[in-house]
Amino acid sequence: MGGTLVVAELGDGQVKRSTHSAITFAREVGGPYSILVLGDGVAAPAKELSAFGAQKVLVADDPSLAHALAERFAPTVAQVARQGGWDTVVVAATTFGKDLAPRVAAKLSAGYAPDVDRVKVEGGKRSYRRPQYAGNALGWLEIATATQVVSVRQTEFVAAEPSGGISPVESVAKAADDPAAARVEFVRVEAGTSERPDLGEARVVVSGGRSLKEQFKQVLEPLADALGAAIGASRAACDAGYAAPELQVGQTGRTVAPQLYVAVGISGAIQHIAGMKSSKYIVAINKDPDAPIFQIADYGLVADLFVAVPELVKELKAPG
Amino acid sequence: MKILVAVKRVADPDNLNKIKLSAQGKVDATGLEPKASPYDEYALETALRLNENGANTKARLGETVVVTFAPKEAEPMLRAMLGTGADRAIRVDAKDDALDGDLVARGLAAVVAREKPDLVLLGYQQAESESNEVGQMLAEYLGWPQATFAGSVKSEDDKALVVGREIEGATAQVRVTLPAVVTVLDKIVHPRSVQSRHTAATHAYPDGVRFAALMAIMAAKKKPLVELVLADLVPDVALKVTYGTVELPPRRAAGVKVKDVKELVSKLKTEAKVI
Repeated sequence: MGGTLVVAELGDGQVKRSTHSAITFAREVGGPYSILVLGDGVAAPAKELSAFGAQKVLVADDPSLAHALAERFAPTVAQVARQGGWDTVVVAATTFGKDLAPRVAAKLSAGYAPDVDRVKVEGGKRSYRRPQYAGNALGWLEIATATQVVSVRQTEFVAAEPSGGISPVESVAKAADDPAAARVEFVRVEAGTSERPDLGEARVVVSGGRSLKEQFKQVLEPLADALGAAIGASRAACDAGYAAPELQVGQTGRTVAPQLYVAVGISGAIQHIAGMKSSKYIVAINKDPDAPIFQIADYGLVADLFVAVPELVKELKAPG
Repeated sequence: MKILVAVKRVADPDNLNKIKLSAQGKVDATGLEPKASPYDEYALETALRLNENGANTKARLGETVVVTFAPKEAEPMLRAMLGTGADRAIRVDAKDDALDGDLVARGLAAVVAREKPDLVLLGYQQAESESNEVGQMLAEYLGWPQATFAGSVKSEDDKALVVGREIEGATAQVRVTLPAVVTVLDKIVHPRSVQSRHTAATHAYPDGVRFAALMAIMAAKKKPLVELVLADLVPDVALKVTYGTVELPPRRAAGVKVKDVKELVSKLKTEAKVI
């Protein structure tokens, strides 16, 4: 029968927006799709997802699924995919999706297309495009197996909107535990305590480099406040301890694509650029006129950031 | 404990913006110096820290074996890793285009069956393909637990590891009972990210990976490096994923330099209309 099984991602019992990107993929490839929700006490998110035009919303509700552990989730995802005859399993390429999807693929003996930014079908054959080489190449791949597992980039698969109608919600049985399930235990989550918008979802991101030193917060926070922005950082700033590790934008950190990205004192190492070059507009403020960041910035200001940023804050707050 | 570290040789990760397209539409990395994928070097550093007392890094207190799937040209990378502190190296002879992540995972599962390590460490992804898949697939094939995106790891008597997984905006701690697969981020080589059973909790390492001393490099020439044949490890070497052509992303053109903050704000308001 074919069709796509979308695996929902929840956070604190809520549907994460990443799920909507996976739904966008399912709509784009066409054919029927269902959404699988795994967790403990997940009736509310399942109901919310019933407004997205899925054939069904399938719910695996079990105390053992309270935490998103791949060893516990993968057997049920694979079993539901097999029993439903779904030929594609898709999840967003978040840490949740990237942790889970390869395990599901191995369980299904399926090929896996990771971190996909585009999909096309030609002559009945589907190919997937994905950024590689720190974003310097886009490779097209094909999967030889009938069942395919995919993770999709949130920045390119724009979040789906509800489509009206109500999908039936159906319970599915949790699969038998893997031997690995008994050998992993969730301990706790230490969340970052930011009141700001999430880096991956913010319209504006203000990022700082190592040259901000101990004044990282002092300089960037007023600017982020003035722009309603999330705060990011270069790897060098995180490594030096000036910024919290979860703020890191780049190949090893978060990939962001806001409307406006303001790079403050960031030189533009390729591993940083890999994480932000899809931003709509890039502003760079740096005192080194030869900094590579200026090669990709729409607007560059060669200036001492400790002077320019406070001035910028003042200008943004000025009426008119 | 016995640790297997899976490593990959890649084109110089700091200069990947210099890659070109070949006439066949493939990536041409000519001129870029081959190096170990940095995350795999972090994995090796993690293994060495787990298998030593930080106060005396010369004494190896557990065996560390590095393994790669690559042609013979990758042997200098393995020798360098032996110089850094690995005890043995294994090269499974294979060309890149005869491999996909799934086949490497199945090959590694066969190596694990021979070597019986307590822990397999890998970089969370390799710097060229950035697929972020081999560790998870290997864990599934072995029926082992996995801890991906590891920014910290603490050994509990080498029976279990408490791993700090860096997820979006938070750190999720999991405890995995060994044997297990752990994939590491760059943060793992920060001074206090690895706490071994042998090292005082107060010990702080220098930031980053260690370098081999000249003497150690000389001594490493005598350490065992064996070659295995992929087909002996995995009967079915068919690929599940094949790459076709590659595109270069559109180059972002440099924009304009503004003369001052006033002009910047004006451009953002009237031209870009983003504020």
